[in-house]
Amino acid sequence: MEVINQDGTEDTPKIILDKNNGIFEISGRSLPEDSAEFYQPILDWLDQYGADPNPETVFIFKLEYFNTASSKLILDILSKLETIESTTINWYFHEDDEDMEEAGTEFSELVEVPFDFKTY
Amino acid sequence: MKYIYELHKTMVERSLILVYEGEFTQEITKSVLAMAERNMDAIGETSNIKRKVFNVMVECLQNIVKHAEDSEEEEEIESPNGSAVFMIGQEEDKYIVTSGNPVVNAKVEILQTKLEHINSLDKDGLKTLYKEIIKKGREQGEGGKGLTQKGGAGLGFVDMARKSGQKLHFDFEPIDDHFSFFSLKTIISRNKEEKK
Repeated sequence: MEVINQDGTEDTPKIILDKNNGIFEISGRSLPEDSAEFYQPILDWLDQYGADPNPETVFIFKLEYFNTASSKLILDILSKLETIESTTINWYFHEDDEDMEEAGTEFSELVEVPFDFKTY
Repeated sequence: MKYIYELHKTMVERSLILVYEGEFTQEITKSVLAMAERNMDAIGETSNIKRKVFNVMVECLQNIVKHAEDSEEEEEIESPNGSAVFMIGQEEDKYIVTSGNPVVNAKVEILQTKLEHINSLDKDGLKTLYKEIIKKGREQGEGGKGLTQKGGAGLGFVDMARKSGQKLHFDFEPIDDHFSFFSLKTIISRNKEEKK
């Protein structure tokens, strides 16, 4: 399967989606001008991946900041992951960033996917 | 040339560290954010406060950008002055993020109701509202298609209220038969002990 590997910018996150190496990660800042357009390729990739997923999927969110428009798309990603068996979310937050911790908790309450919370 | 001195005095009096007036785009948003961040870094602001100010600034700026785009698409009447103003004040105990932009009179009541509702809620109420709005978007399909065209739906205001932990201050000043000037002010406390 095609690998998505794009560097982060000042307003978009770094993204790695690599089925063969089992790396699924979104990190950095997310405040793109058009979040729906930015995340569409990721949602498409997950649709394809969902049709033939790895036995286990650990999806990492290590976000420093995301805006409200991105939060809707993050929920869309989580909704896709919800349908993929044996998926775990590793939700990273900076140890003094209560807001990011809370954001993770809220997402975990909206979808049926196990979340592991980790600090960095 | 007296206006220069007047403007300078106003900025000093109001502790304004940044004022931008003009057209708002994503590029401008990024520049404004970068300037404000550099300023906060330079004075050694704590990362917690920096994050909150950044958060409120992003929602505020992107609200203006979205509004400007929506107006272009929806409104047939040309805005008297399409530009908006954005300011950051830095006082000893707080940051003040302010914006002002013209809105059509028909939207005044909608905005007012939305903001009053947000201000009537406590921390848990805001959390519930946030989850309701975001869930609604999910039920109505991916990409936030169910929400307002540009992904608005007032999530930005809710987030500003949540991150600042304070009420949103707002005002509508009539411009003419078609437009009003919408001012919005969010205060972020620099006092770490003050947890709301």
